[in-house]
Amino acid sequence: MAKAEHVEAEQHHDDHDDHHEPQGIWQKYIFSQDHKIIAIQYTLTAIFVGLIGLGLSGVMRLQLGFPGDFGITDAFYFQAITMHGMIMVVYLLTALLLGGFGNYLIPLMLGARDMAFPYLNMLSYWFYFVSVVVLLASFFVPGGPTGAGWTLYPPQSILPNTPGADGLGIVLMIGSLAIFIVAATMGGLNYVVTVLQLRAKGMTLMRMPLSIWGIFTASILALLAFPALFVGAVMMMFDNLLGTSFFMPAIVDAAGNLVSASPDKPAYSGGSPLLFQHLFWYFGHPEVYIVALPAFGVISDVLATHARKTIFGYHMMVWAILAIGVISFVVWAHHMFVSGMNPYFGFFFASTTLVIAIPTAIKVYNWIFTLWRGNIRLNTPMLWCIGFISTFLIGGLTGLWLGNVIVDIPLSDTYFVIAHFHLVMGVSAVFAIFAGLYHWFPKVTGRHLNKIMSRTHFWVTFVGVYVVFLPMHYLGFEGMPRRYPSYGEDFNFPASATDLNAFITIAAIIMGIVQFVFIFNMAWSAFKGKKAEGNPWESTTLEWQTPDTPPVHGNWGPSLPVVHRWAYDYSVPGANKDYLTQDTAPSATAPRSDRHLDDHGTHNNGHED
Amino acid sequence: MAQQAESAELKAPKGLRGIVADWSSDETAFKVSWSKAMMWIFLLSDTFVFGSFLIGYMSVRMSTSEPWPNTAEVFALSLGGDPIPLLLIAIMTFILISSSGTMAIAVNYAYQGNKKMVFILMMLTCLFGLSFVGMQMFEWSKLLLDEGLRPWGFIPGSHFEGDAAQFGSIFFMVTGFHGLHVSIGVIYLAIVAFRARQGRYEKKGNYQIVEIAGLYWHFVDLVWVFIFAFFYLW
Repeated sequence: MAKAEHVEAEQHHDDHDDHHEPQGIWQKYIFSQDHKIIAIQYTLTAIFVGLIGLGLSGVMRLQLGFPGDFGITDAFYFQAITMHGMIMVVYLLTALLLGGFGNYLIPLMLGARDMAFPYLNMLSYWFYFVSVVVLLASFFVPGGPTGAGWTLYPPQSILPNTPGADGLGIVLMIGSLAIFIVAATMGGLNYVVTVLQLRAKGMTLMRMPLSIWGIFTASILALLAFPALFVGAVMMMFDNLLGTSFFMPAIVDAAGNLVSASPDKPAYSGGSPLLFQHLFWYFGHPEVYIVALPAFGVISDVLATHARKTIFGYHMMVWAILAIGVISFVVWAHHMFVSGMNPYFGFFFASTTLVIAIPTAIKVYNWIFTLWRGNIRLNTPMLWCIGFISTFLIGGLTGLWLGNVIVDIPLSDTYFVIAHFHLVMGVSAVFAIFAGLYHWFPKVTGRHLNKIMSRTHFWVTFVGVYVVFLPMHYLGFEGMPRRYPSYGEDFNFPASATDLNAFITIAAIIMGIVQFVFIFNMAWSAFKGKKAEGNPWESTTLEWQTPDTPPVHGNWGPSLPVVHRWAYDYSVPGANKDYLTQDTAPSATAPRSDRHLDDHGTHNNGHED
Repeated sequence: MAQQAESAELKAPKGLRGIVADWSSDETAFKVSWSKAMMWIFLLSDTFVFGSFLIGYMSVRMSTSEPWPNTAEVFALSLGGDPIPLLLIAIMTFILISSSGTMAIAVNYAYQGNKKMVFILMMLTCLFGLSFVGMQMFEWSKLLLDEGLRPWGFIPGSHFEGDAAQFGSIFFMVTGFHGLHVSIGVIYLAIVAFRARQGRYEKKGNYQIVEIAGLYWHFVDLVWVFIFAFFYLW
């Protein structure tokens, strides 16, 4: 105990030593060390780069719907699919969910004044910013960005005829990824330490809102998965620049000459392209959950708030997040069933893939049971939550199909796979982000979003994703392969497939334009929207109980909040209002049921006096 | 604090629930400072970086289509005309492990608040680290200039059996990445040592940063043991 006290004293010292209210625009808004400003910086940068990714998907759809009509070259098509994939998965979803939501919510939901290491936090954002600049710079170098596909598989990504491989495109891409990994590591260390060590009095881990559980687990996954991508990026950089042969076997070009990195280097020989696939997917599959787990958490919290019900099975939700986190590290080779692996490995990875569906299914059931007989308030965040459950469920079910080797092999690299991962990972994660943005916007800006624009955005997007992605399942069954700019005479598709492609393109363009309604809504409402009170959704969690809205530097005024209960006391029998905030002291309320004391009040009831 | 301990004694649940309650304990999960917790988590992440490097190395070595050179021959140091296998590496390893020893003693003095000895022992550790990096540079230049090893393979006409292109690339990459860690560690330790001498930690009454720097240093040494085993002994 004496040692613990010492530690505590020292931490408070740390806390106040570096923390004074910053003055001046540069320190306050540009090189800010305040987690809320950094969160907004992360969010806006991610949305900006996401709009570029959206534009690139428009390029792809125009070419697929109306081949050749818009003057899109094959090379540019390949560059568009590559940059679209990488931007959306890494620079939008990962950055927005961890850097944006993580930064904003962790200290506020846990009752801390800031992150554990504010300076590191600022560095994390600026490294992310530099990685985005480097990535976008590849559009302006000779040869343009790499067109190797977002998985960057060698030898394709290194061979000179691939777009961007002759110039700097591929080098900038992997350089940008390496910088992003540094940023994600600095951010991840901060998030993990803050969750473990900086919680308010009474905030045990088992009382944390599920958003924090999701972000926390995803941060751990990021710290353990990004290293493999980092190593792969370093090796590929050397293969490109130094002429090493980590991933490059001896290979001849169309003229029959052995390929080398440059004329003064010996030809490539003896490398293993499969090694890159393993390194990439050892990162790549946990990456799916780095995106999904924070989304799960956000959905759980928003859902419970707007359904006015306790989240169903809180403990199982936590264990499911942790189980998914662990299992996500042993499923990666299900992305490689067609790589010629030993059938026993295929069996192993198919089994683990199906096993991970169990905790995931627990979560989906629990969300549905949370809605069951709830007092549902169909606010815009709630609409996004319900939309999320439907897209995640449908996308997840096709995941069960594709997890089986025998189903995956014929469907591999077809539009069925595209439809699957867009619904389950792309659309669902984006829906969760929208749910979160609509939910926390009043806290971040102190103003409400415009309701008509919000509803327009939701309904067009919700209908739109099904109109776009459901037909893709069918196209996949027809055998339409991905990553083809046009299909010509060689593919014997029925005419309906061509019409369907044009139809999807028109729907996708409409849906893309509607996203600008959201952008306009955010920009307009941030200044002109209806003023929001501190807790407009009547939520229990701590971030809604700050003395100021939006929260000011230091978050909590003179004294930190003390937590007396879990995050989901909605519709409490006998209470004055239909919810009890986490910092409501027991004496101020009617007695709770004993069950709650057992499940959530153990160990820390000492604080409740 | 006392109140918390009391209530924990009274109400701590038993069995598996007790384990969960311990881990999800109030305010802090680990009773250490934030910085030390961060260093441990960072080292876990860095372990995965080196783990990926080493597993990549094993995979490349097993899958390459060209024969691997005889490492005992490549890494031999000629002393008085006779090549002695692993001589240089043995000395390097000995020095690096000794530096862990001096670092550990420095941590001990740090907790006694003896800033003079902290400074001396940490600078000694830096010196060991620098000599390690120096010997690595000697080894690299010997391989590059005398043996004709290049990151993209042996130059034509090398006198070793086996000329897998991956040998040079993986060797320079992994030892280089480790050497970078040692160099960063030397700078880090030197900064901490000078700050200790200035009395900065004495004023704070807290020398824990010395231990945190030590954690990093021991980690870098530990990684070397694996690199040594997998590159030089295999």
